[in-house]
Amino acid sequence: MIGRNPAIPWLFAAPALLVALVFSLGPFANTIVLAFTDASTLGGGAFNGLDNFARIAEDERFWNAIGNTALYVAVCVPAMVTLPLLLALLVRKKVFGIGFFRAVFYSPVVASMVVVGLIWSWLLSDDGLVNAALRGLRLIEEPLPFLTDADLLLLSAIGVTVWKGLGYYMVVYLAALANVPRELHEAAQVDGAGPVRRFWSVTVPAIRPTMVLVGTLAAVAAAKVFAEIYVLSNGTAGPGGEAASVVYHIREVGLGLGGEAGYASAMSLVLFAVTLGFSLLLTRLNRREERL
Amino acid sequence: MTVRTEPRRTALRPAPGAPPGRTPARAAARRVAARIVHYLLLLGMLVVLIGPFAWQLSTSLKGTAESVFSYPPDLWPDDPTLANYAKAAQTVPVWRYGLNSLIVALGSALTNCLFGAMAGYALARMRFRGRKVVFAAFLATMIIPFEVIMVSVFLTSRSLGLVDTLLGVLLPTAVTGLSVLLLRNGFRALPVEVEEAAMLDGAGEWQRFWRVALPSVRGTLTVVAIFSFVFSWDDFLWPLIVLSSPRNYTLTVGIQYLSGTFTADQRVIAAGTMIAVLPLLALFFALQRFFFRGVGEGAVKG
Repeated sequence: MIGRNPAIPWLFAAPALLVALVFSLGPFANTIVLAFTDASTLGGGAFNGLDNFARIAEDERFWNAIGNTALYVAVCVPAMVTLPLLLALLVRKKVFGIGFFRAVFYSPVVASMVVVGLIWSWLLSDDGLVNAALRGLRLIEEPLPFLTDADLLLLSAIGVTVWKGLGYYMVVYLAALANVPRELHEAAQVDGAGPVRRFWSVTVPAIRPTMVLVGTLAAVAAAKVFAEIYVLSNGTAGPGGEAASVVYHIREVGLGLGGEAGYASAMSLVLFAVTLGFSLLLTRLNRREERL
Repeated sequence: MTVRTEPRRTALRPAPGAPPGRTPARAAARRVAARIVHYLLLLGMLVVLIGPFAWQLSTSLKGTAESVFSYPPDLWPDDPTLANYAKAAQTVPVWRYGLNSLIVALGSALTNCLFGAMAGYALARMRFRGRKVVFAAFLATMIIPFEVIMVSVFLTSRSLGLVDTLLGVLLPTAVTGLSVLLLRNGFRALPVEVEEAAMLDGAGEWQRFWRVALPSVRGTLTVVAIFSFVFSWDDFLWPLIVLSSPRNYTLTVGIQYLSGTFTADQRVIAAGTMIAVLPLLALFFALQRFFFRGVGEGAVKG
């Protein structure tokens, strides 16, 4: 345990520390500094105080992106907290072939969002399978513009996010379900509680911390949404960019033509505040959970 | 009406405490019925979750003579052909993209394992001034989302001359805080006696790490390697930002480029997506045992 040479631990940590400093902590500090400048992505820039934040307040495109992202979070969180739990309940019991089912249910998680996005753009296109089926069932006359109407595009993207994420949170829930004490279930059964009653009175209270964790992870992920919208709209974020998310907007402002690094950094800080807020909410809720 | 449904209702909802089903035969029938419903639900979810992949695979194998728009859908190609794969490869250098992705993903798995283990070992087994600060630094990287700092990471990469290179794609995630943390926990779980014995034998710090400690955390290394590989292979936002010339694209950016720029032929796009996803699904099914262990053991808590 006694290091012979005090430099040795630092040599061991050096490569990882270097990467952390150069590509994460350094850029984060830089983002904070840039947020108070009018720097362009090409270079230069001077401090301009809170001008960027004043501009954010009046930036309609940014608020549109915030609205879209808020909708994304608002739909994704309840969907991700509940649907994967149902899926986990379905694959919990070790019946014949369950390993196969679990692995298959997880496969959308392994695939890249680009692949998943392209698969769904084909399914949701005007002459894709979904519209063909809806027309075949005589539910609609004209194909629904899943990918070309801004609102429908956003809902389609949310659907794709949920579809791809189901397996991931299913595994998280499986781990939590395995830790629910058996005795509680048996005691409830002796007391005459049916499966539904046992689910609400035994399972749900026992896995509530996991539900909070899943909700937070889903909220943070939804706040950072980019690839789904980009791929489903073929890099346009819908007609006139109406379906842009916050990250989509930041990328366009900061890294597009005439990139404004300073202004984009200010918007990035707003995004950081949101994700940090979700994480802090998690620790708070968990602490309250422990006190109960 | 009411009279007739009454007994059935009680049969469905037995009084509290009563065993479900009155006779053993009926109980057995109920179990079989429940099992059938269970499998039907599993099969339904199977269709929902794997169906889109199957449809894409089927589309990629259909010849130009066969309509891909027909309804009801025809999952089985009449005359399976690999022509669309050849066409995708003619349109964009898809094999080169695959090689680029492979280089970045393998490189990332290697650097995350090696450098992550070195830092994790220092944090788990060595006492030095500033250890807590180093640990806090790695934790901090985990709460800073990449999306928040992407503009600055791009500026940094440009000043280092990394733009439009595969090294530039790799470096920002070459060692993640999560890899360091997982490996630190792996080393902490080892009994310290083995390494102390090695120390008495006169082995240096590096030999202790390389010969004794590292082979003992093989399980954690596997998890870190798989996660880093899959993350790099699937990543889209950063390669999209840092790569500018099409010949340097990774597969994710490359197939988006294929579908966005060159072709509206769904068969060819489908072939491109299959090239990007099939190797990964094969890897996943081969290693799924480790995968689930990693996901279950707190890797998600990052």
